[in-house]
Amino acid sequence: MIHRTTAILMTVCILTAAVLYNGAIAVPVGHRHLIELIHVYCGFALPVPMLAGLLSFAYRADLRRLGRFTPADRRWLGSRTRRDGTIPVGKFNAGQKLNASLASGSILVLLGTGVLMYFVWLAPLSWRSGATFVHDWFALALGLLVVGHVIFALRDPEARRGMRTGSVSRSWARTEHAGWLRDLESTAATEPAVPGDS
Amino acid sequence: MAGTLTGQRVQNALAPAIGAVADHDPTGLLSLIPLGDTFRYYSVTGSVRRETADDYRLNVSGLVDHPATYSMSDLKALPRTSLVQDFQCVTGWRVPGVHWVGVRLSALLEQAAPAKQARAVQFTSFDGTYTESLTLAEARRPDVIVATEMLGAPVTHDHGGPVRVYAGSMYGYKSTKWLSGIELVEAETPGYWETRGYDIDGIIRQ
Repeated sequence: MIHRTTAILMTVCILTAAVLYNGAIAVPVGHRHLIELIHVYCGFALPVPMLAGLLSFAYRADLRRLGRFTPADRRWLGSRTRRDGTIPVGKFNAGQKLNASLASGSILVLLGTGVLMYFVWLAPLSWRSGATFVHDWFALALGLLVVGHVIFALRDPEARRGMRTGSVSRSWARTEHAGWLRDLESTAATEPAVPGDS
Repeated sequence: MAGTLTGQRVQNALAPAIGAVADHDPTGLLSLIPLGDTFRYYSVTGSVRRETADDYRLNVSGLVDHPATYSMSDLKALPRTSLVQDFQCVTGWRVPGVHWVGVRLSALLEQAAPAKQARAVQFTSFDGTYTESLTLAEARRPDVIVATEMLGAPVTHDHGGPVRVYAGSMYGYKSTKWLSGIELVEAETPGYWETRGYDIDGIIRQ
């Protein structure tokens, strides 16, 4: 739910950014003020689902898992054979943790610089120029991150099913997130499927 | 934060470096890198009709003794002025050292002979929506021109051609694109972006 809302807002931000930034699209589409308003308000709304998620115990637990980088994560990132299961992976692998940190950090930077650009009376001109510079580069970086994120998702139907339905198969969890499965089994596990992401 | 404060300086260093490479990039992919120092094209309506230099007309009307309609060749017959000056958007992006050629607005005003009660100049655009205005004093500044050329060529459609305003030393929203009319009026009225929050005084102050 949180992921889906964020994904929709992010997609709208990226599409409107493409119009605002690219002259070949901007002039035929026109309606700059409307496109700008959609972009800005979707941008303002982007952190809201994640902040609302803080009310949920399960979401806070996932945030704790995402934010904790372990020595095993570092080994996983540096390994060429990271997918073979020798390095135990918890509910989130190190790539997913990196994605979460980079995406949320970039969103905050884009939000801050976007506010400076949109409310032009807030800051002197040189700040607005600097904010534009930072906003452009972070937007490019976050756009590439999102593209990579989507490519990884497209490659793994079971992970997508987990995001969609909230559960994944035990065999998939054993190969991709063995450490997590072990933890779940050691607490209490007689159910056929294990709960997935919130 | 540091980026916001130093971004302009970093960009000034980066733009010539990457720009030199991008100019020789056959794939064109480098143009997707946000180099800065490039125009962003604004249009506030749907599609804007294209006007050629041949059928273009500029109306000067309102509180004047000599209303007039200028064709492109009429404009080109007037004393031309050329200047190299930045285009600065209020949101922060800037294109430094743009070459502009056109007729000083003050020259057109002189021909029109504004009436005593005229205090401001109102621009209209053939996009059918955009309006802007300047005080008469602002309109008479030497760097406020009715531009027919920019960047070394006739003003392109995307840049607001065939004829646009360039109001140097003011933010870009004052430089009306696709200019169709200049009307002398008693007072400035908030233009398109000014009714949406920007200051009616568009003079750039650092």
